[in-house]
Amino acid sequence: MRCDNKALSSTPALIYWTCGRIYAKQGDAELKAEAALSKKPISTARFRQLMAATLPPPRLLPSGDSAVTVEFSRTIDDDANQRVLALDKALADAGIDGITESVPTYRSLLVHYDPGRIGFDALGEKLLALASQPLPPSAKARRWRIPVAYGGEHGVDLEDVAKALNTTPDDIVARHVAGDYRVAMIGFTPGWSYLSGLETSLHMSRRQNPRLLTPAGTISIGGIQTGIQCLAGPSGWHLLGRTPVRTYQLHRNPTFLTEPGDRVTFFAIDHKTFAEQDRAAEAGELIAEQVAS
Amino acid sequence: MSRLVVASIGPASSVQDGGRLGAQRYGLTPSGAMDRLALAAANCLVGNEPFAAGVEIGPFGASFTARDGAVRVALAGAPRNADIAGRAVALDTTVTLKDGETLTLGFARGGAFSYLAIEGAIRGEPVFGSLAVNARAGLGSPYPRPLQAGDEFTVNAASGAPELRIELPKPAEGPIRIVLGPQDDEFDEANKALFLASEWKISATSDRMGYRLEGPAIKHLHGHNIVSDGTVNGSIQVPGNGAPIALMMDRGTSGGYPKIATVITADVGRLAQTSAGTAFRFKQVSMAEAQDEARKFARLIRSLPDRLRSADTVALNIEALHDANVAGYAVNAVDAGTWQVSAEP
Repeated sequence: MRCDNKALSSTPALIYWTCGRIYAKQGDAELKAEAALSKKPISTARFRQLMAATLPPPRLLPSGDSAVTVEFSRTIDDDANQRVLALDKALADAGIDGITESVPTYRSLLVHYDPGRIGFDALGEKLLALASQPLPPSAKARRWRIPVAYGGEHGVDLEDVAKALNTTPDDIVARHVAGDYRVAMIGFTPGWSYLSGLETSLHMSRRQNPRLLTPAGTISIGGIQTGIQCLAGPSGWHLLGRTPVRTYQLHRNPTFLTEPGDRVTFFAIDHKTFAEQDRAAEAGELIAEQVAS
Repeated sequence: MSRLVVASIGPASSVQDGGRLGAQRYGLTPSGAMDRLALAAANCLVGNEPFAAGVEIGPFGASFTARDGAVRVALAGAPRNADIAGRAVALDTTVTLKDGETLTLGFARGGAFSYLAIEGAIRGEPVFGSLAVNARAGLGSPYPRPLQAGDEFTVNAASGAPELRIELPKPAEGPIRIVLGPQDDEFDEANKALFLASEWKISATSDRMGYRLEGPAIKHLHGHNIVSDGTVNGSIQVPGNGAPIALMMDRGTSGGYPKIATVITADVGRLAQTSAGTAFRFKQVSMAEAQDEARKFARLIRSLPDRLRSADTVALNIEALHDANVAGYAVNAVDAGTWQVSAEP
């Protein structure tokens, strides 16, 4: 890990590196208590969370008169996504009057508000203050195991993807189920879960010609991402398989299965099992297994 | 209870209300009325909450028949001919359909969407607090799809309250106002200037999801792919072909094209009512001005009940007279009871 001195010099933080163990000391009383005074070594993950407070502040981009985009990065970046989700939570806890809805994405948080109750400048100040706080220790993420019927009619691009990567469909499946993914955002259509953590060897640019209709439950890869698509719809990604799991189902409790920040792993099922589970899912069963993380 | 039966209806007509808020983080778009002011005005006339569910009627005609009793309704939004058995019905007024009577609406003349509010509002099972139709997600109640002939609503029997009209401010004219951003830095000064200086037309392929704009191609500085981020009603994104798309109420909740500008809240309904082929321009305003206009717009909606008048205080509905003539009707009388123009073909 590299320390950016420029970023540090403008903050009250002093970072010690000792024998590979990391101690952090900051003006903030909570951090002092946690890191410096306790003198306990902290994990790399926690270090990154503490460091987040020393990173450059996000950009506030006006999205019209009733929403503001708080942009942490212009690229797909897991650290930025963690900051997005932390701000989303901090904002929910802060209970700022006039905020109507917030929408986390990979790299930014879109905050909808009522300009009759709070103005752009006042809200911007509050958002920057919240974003400059150190990230709280991450709560235990929920972890889902999601069954996927790979290939054949359920994953019409599996063979082409294998050919393009000079390997076999089985190998592609093995690489895809080996991944430990995180729900970075949900967007586009209900339940469409964008997952980060796709193995580098599976990164592929999107199709030249997006398909206008791809099946409900499609599991696909596109760029450096993989995803769970809930409803049938257009897609330019490569279709590897289908899951019977509905990430969105109207009359089920919960209506939405996944939340940003959840962890996801996949496992392969045969097409017969898919058909059985698909019927059960249609009847309202979750199918996805929640496992201890 | 009475019923209001959809006797005939064109495409792009559906039940809409103030929209479905709170689930954009799960990819569920708000939907809701394309012209919120018109929906609120129609609702106010029949005594409903401003964003109660009503019928959003697309550019084509429609007709509605009262069954099992009288039904009191109000029509607002895009101007169009309306009549009950040849008796003209004016926009922005209430009218009571007697059992068996049919309200017939012509094509929109200018604008795109009209709103029919029903006394007591449309009943249904809300999802995320809304009955609005989002056909893609299979949402909306009582019908999770655009309306079809034969659909019907169970509604309150008409109260018999005196008929009302509403005095709305003259619709604003002039350019559609925008604030730049969130990704205006993905365009150079020349292309931003081109966007602001050009005359645009709404493409006929537009729908509730987005209005495609026809005009010069707007070029990006760094290509047309950005990492997806959130969208709002009125986001103007520029895809690879350089033809901007103004995202409307059924938009995707996130999008991966740079958004050069955002239509101000007060003008989203005006853009929605700009019919395909009509030329218009954009005008940049400051955030302060946009927020001031948003607050004024909210005040206007709150003030609607103060703008109600008794229907018989109007001496002569010039607009209805004018509309009737424009449509080729021979205006031959003013109904002595309602002071509305009555016309015969």
